[in-house]
Amino acid sequence: MNRLRKFVTSACLFYLPLIIMLAFILIPFLWTLSTSLKNEKDVLSPILQYIPHPATFQNYIEVWKVSHFSVYFINSLFVSSISVIAIILLSVLNGYALTRFNFRGKRIFMIILLCTQLLPAVIFLIPLFLSFKVVGLIDTPFSLIIFYIAMQVPFNTLLMKGFIGNIPKQIDEAGMVDGATRTQIIFKIILPLVLPGLVATAAFAFVGCWNEFIAAFTFITSSKFFTIPVGLKFMIGEYDVQYASLAAGSIIGLVPAVLLFAYVQKYLIQGLGSGSVKG
Amino acid sequence: MISSNTSASCSKKNTKHFGNDRGYPYLLIAPSLLLIALLMFIPLLSVLKLSLQNYSMTSLYGRGFIGLKNFQDILGSDSVFWHSIPVTIQWVVIEVVCQLVFGMIVALLLNRTFKGRGLARAMMFIPWAVSGVLTTMLWLLIFNQHIGLLNDLLHKLGIIKTNVAWLANPKMVFGSVILAELWRGIPFFAITLLAALQTIPLEIYESAKVDGCGPVRQFFWITLPFLKEAIVFSTLMRAIWEFNNIDMIFTMTGGGPVYLTTTLPIYMMQTAIIEGNYGYGSALAVFIFVILMIFTVFYLAMNKFGRNIDE
Repeated sequence: MNRLRKFVTSACLFYLPLIIMLAFILIPFLWTLSTSLKNEKDVLSPILQYIPHPATFQNYIEVWKVSHFSVYFINSLFVSSISVIAIILLSVLNGYALTRFNFRGKRIFMIILLCTQLLPAVIFLIPLFLSFKVVGLIDTPFSLIIFYIAMQVPFNTLLMKGFIGNIPKQIDEAGMVDGATRTQIIFKIILPLVLPGLVATAAFAFVGCWNEFIAAFTFITSSKFFTIPVGLKFMIGEYDVQYASLAAGSIIGLVPAVLLFAYVQKYLIQGLGSGSVKG
Repeated sequence: MISSNTSASCSKKNTKHFGNDRGYPYLLIAPSLLLIALLMFIPLLSVLKLSLQNYSMTSLYGRGFIGLKNFQDILGSDSVFWHSIPVTIQWVVIEVVCQLVFGMIVALLLNRTFKGRGLARAMMFIPWAVSGVLTTMLWLLIFNQHIGLLNDLLHKLGIIKTNVAWLANPKMVFGSVILAELWRGIPFFAITLLAALQTIPLEIYESAKVDGCGPVRQFFWITLPFLKEAIVFSTLMRAIWEFNNIDMIFTMTGGGPVYLTTTLPIYMMQTAIIEGNYGYGSALAVFIFVILMIFTVFYLAMNKFGRNIDE
């Protein structure tokens, strides 16, 4: 009797809420996946299919070729990769400066980094649009790359500062005794040591660039330079929305971000826990 | 005197000492500072300058300095602006409170030991990786009046008889957008709070149990006080983040119908980017900037105040 009561309470107070929350989180993914595998006419039928029957990959092929998602995918990949390389490089340099030196203006630099986190991208867009137009960067991927670097460096610097700060200074000293310059120490000694943290930071920055929409929507006007979020936005703007293709395009946009996040999750939990993000 | 590099030959002691190469840290941070200056600081000043101008893509006539006219127009006669303020406040408050409550529930659930916890955690956190635009796409397929899952489920449960247009019905649209963003926001709180939960020493709960403390009292007397800092930090970050949120609302409703989901940043986006009214849009951006600064200062001050009382 007592065991039964215990079982019922734990089912009501623990398993039931857990299952409801999990269903709430997972159903949008599962529904999109299901829609992406249906024929377009089955999507529109008045009786909804929960499990696609017959299942088809046609939408993926269609969206990849006809709706030019192959182009958007490569654009997103190009913009995000170049941005991430620069973001990581700058974040390592900043992180090294902030953990190894006491210099005048260090506090101000930290405050600047933190303040940039408060401001939304949208308030920079008007002046940047106007000046990018003057220098001919509008409607090129480079407008996005340079903007993403500037927007992402501050936060990733704070992350890298945490990781580099964990490496004892004695290691630098040992390198100096062996006659290494500061630059050699950063790239030959520190970089390999922070590699796990660096990969996590890079993955995080990559997802940020991969997902970014407003700047891409503002700076890019020709469809040959569209990134995936912009491509998706224009798909729902069409008069006759192809829902199955839209779902397939969404899955294509989701997969890289979700996989990278699954990989870096534990570093982020550590980072948030240890307070490195808070600076 | 200042250059320590020239005296490097006679300073074997100095090389062991950190911070002797004075110029070096500046060299390291210079590229980032330059970027921040060019892409954030100078644009911020340009926004201030543009906000005092009549500058619209659609009309060449009358361009130029007009003083504070944009601000006067906004405060004096812009009904969309005044409508957007309560919408923005509702948006931020409802989102942050609901995300905090549900994030806390998820964190508490996932902090218990059970079979498949690792998998449950991994699944629960996925929406964090999902962009605003993709959130819109996933939820459009759920909210759709004809082919959406939500109407179908509610039909089957007998709750509704006719299909609801979740994103076109003025009574439903705000709640629908709230729900979609809640889906994306819960994981952030869940992760932050779970990380903080794991730092609470278990012995405290043990001794509380011995003293006859039930689970509810344990939560309010032990868990919450321990989580205070994490809660303060994450609500601040999230409130700012939700205030700045544009991509999800913009792609899902575009601010409509009849401005019901037009927050201040959405209004700015519409004015500046879609209509090309750069001067007026910049004035709205100035308002966004000021509101954010006031909020941050107020919040930090209040937080410090609260801490002083504790001590």
